[in-house]
Amino acid sequence: MAKRTLPILKQLLHRQSPPISTPTRSVTYMPRPGDGAPRSVTLIPGDGIGPLVTGAVEQVMDAMHAPIYFEKFDVHGDMKTIPTEVLESIRKNKVCLKGGLNTPMGGGVSSLNVQLRKELDLYASLVNCFNLPGLPTRHENVDIVVIRENTEGEYAGLEHEVVPGVVESLKVITKFCSERIAKYAFEYAYLNNRKTVTAVHKANIMKLADGLFLESCREIASKYPSIKYNEIIVDNCCMQLVSKPEQFDVMVTPNLYGNLVANTAAGIAGGTGVMPGGNVGADHAVFEQGASAGNVGKQKIVDRKTANPVALLLSSAMMLRHLQFPSFADRLENSVKRVILEGKYRTKDLGGTSTTQEVVDAVIANLE
Amino acid sequence: MAPIIKKLISVTPSHLRSCIRSVTYMPRPGSHGTKSVTPITQPGTPLPVTLIPGDGIGPLVTGAVEQVISAMQAPVTFEKFEVHGNMNKIPDDVMDSIRRNKVCLKGGLITPIGGGVNSLNIALRKELDLFVSLVNCFNLPGLPTRHDKVDIVVIRENTEGEYSGLEHEVVPGVIESLKVITKFCSERIAKYAFEYAHLNDRKTVTAVHKANIMKLADGLFLESCREIAKKYPDINYNEIIVDNCCMQLVSKPEQFDVMVTPNLYGNLVANTAAGIAGGTGVMPGGNVGTEFAIFEQGASAGNVGKPKMVEKKRANPIALLLSSAMMLRHLQLPDFADRLETAVKRVIYEGKYRTKDLGGSSTTQEVTDAVISALQ
Repeated sequence: MAKRTLPILKQLLHRQSPPISTPTRSVTYMPRPGDGAPRSVTLIPGDGIGPLVTGAVEQVMDAMHAPIYFEKFDVHGDMKTIPTEVLESIRKNKVCLKGGLNTPMGGGVSSLNVQLRKELDLYASLVNCFNLPGLPTRHENVDIVVIRENTEGEYAGLEHEVVPGVVESLKVITKFCSERIAKYAFEYAYLNNRKTVTAVHKANIMKLADGLFLESCREIASKYPSIKYNEIIVDNCCMQLVSKPEQFDVMVTPNLYGNLVANTAAGIAGGTGVMPGGNVGADHAVFEQGASAGNVGKQKIVDRKTANPVALLLSSAMMLRHLQFPSFADRLENSVKRVILEGKYRTKDLGGTSTTQEVVDAVIANLE
Repeated sequence: MAPIIKKLISVTPSHLRSCIRSVTYMPRPGSHGTKSVTPITQPGTPLPVTLIPGDGIGPLVTGAVEQVISAMQAPVTFEKFEVHGNMNKIPDDVMDSIRRNKVCLKGGLITPIGGGVNSLNIALRKELDLFVSLVNCFNLPGLPTRHDKVDIVVIRENTEGEYSGLEHEVVPGVIESLKVITKFCSERIAKYAFEYAHLNDRKTVTAVHKANIMKLADGLFLESCREIAKKYPDINYNEIIVDNCCMQLVSKPEQFDVMVTPNLYGNLVANTAAGIAGGTGVMPGGNVGTEFAIFEQGASAGNVGKPKMVEKKRANPIALLLSSAMMLRHLQLPDFADRLETAVKRVIYEGKYRTKDLGGSSTTQEVTDAVISALQ
């Protein structure tokens, strides 16, 4: 008796119960016949750490045997425009996954990231910033979704030199764009059971421009009486974000403020290396790292291959749900969250010393 | 023997001595130059200062400053003027007073949202050409915050940029808002930033921009900063894109020293930095031009306090008290400034009298009394 109990006891003691309760529901989605046919997705590795992290996604998708296959295209930030074949591929597939594209500073070349969003009219940029269990940060209870208008505002790119030494830059706000981003924000809140939508603005100074944005938000808010709506001036918002982030839920903002608010929120909840996000329009969707903080990683990170793949992995989970493969998305997310919780494989920005490949291997090993 | 030992024990603890404080002097532009700057008034006579209580918590906190200044018997007299945010413009007698006294202390003025009335705060800055807005965000000893080792000075261009107020409706439903950047303004704000860093022994100046998207506008700002940086070879100069800057501010704020920014980014960066270092209730700041200076709460987060705070008289007077210390130094009365700052810091350090935004439950008057009794 004693001979057998020891190994059994050992097994009982060492058995790791999964810290995250995997859903025990057996049927989450009843597909239509033929839904399992492999879907093609455009893949743009990009510059800097882009190829590293998109490679990570490819490996994980492969290991999961997810019914998608990637059409890879090489695009670099110093090209003049996005090649037409890439745009055609995205128009055909309707879904794209991309790494960052380096934007040269100054000079005359437009940002290709911005160009892509305007071409495909991806007017909503969404970043979900939340505390990951097991990752210590200075701020707790953070769960903010920043929905940012992606096509107009300060990023219109309309600048000109009036006289030498004086530059004018146009910020354009239209009722059409403000309405549709507000509609998207409330729709998102409604479909995801969110309680509050906050509009971020600076209408005390830019009365007409942000005033128009606010009007549109208020009109749409009146159609969703079950969702709370409030407004906050952007500088007060920044201060509240760093002192009491738990008060924010869904935030809808014009272009520039959204960029800053999203990056601040990402910073307080763990850094841009872990926040998922994407750009979506009426017809197409492009998934990428949530808040890229305007860079594609330092050269050192690329050389040492220590880029953080978590953000793009979580974004690809969002992509899987968009393609209506929720079971694969759940498996991927649970695996990533377990790796973060266990804390053994973390890249440098989360306080660890692992390389990208080690994190990817850990995620693959944790897939059930 | 006993009294001597008592005195030795009761001397100011070293961490509260103002000489360790790195920011004490907000120079007027050009004070670094070869030509002498005309002094404010003749020495010995009480110096008149324009006082604008303002709206909301303004009267409460400026009242606190008046009490403390008179308790210290500082040679400063206040000329009070009533100005409210819903007036069409600043009254002429107020402008004359500021032009005569050259120094002003003010509470906030409410800016109505939307509509056609311009912000009076901005009108005042443009009238007097106060092109520099300076906010000093630092950890106060004894006040626990999530971020340590914060000591950031945000120098923000105050007259142009996104706040030019030039908007128009092209067609119904389409609004254009102009952001104007000029070489003249960018140069002088960069000059001030480096001058400030030089005079206050600061090591690094960081320019905050978004020149990858707004290439011409922020590109011009960056050019001006780079030109001026060449003239100060012993000060480190670097640049950071504003969204990366926001993220770095909340994860590693100790890397920033002096930051120079255009108008809008400066507003957001200053408020974020104030938030991480203790809140807008404690950060001092002011607006300065070549001839005039207006001192007010550093980062007012665009509001003048909730009515509840006004009714219960719980506004935090610390920010305006520290700003009035900066004003005293500007008026070349550094001894009074040191005494005031030391008293304020001791009150914060002891932690018995703190208003609600710092986690306590005192009223404005209690904090003011504590500061007055801590004055030596």
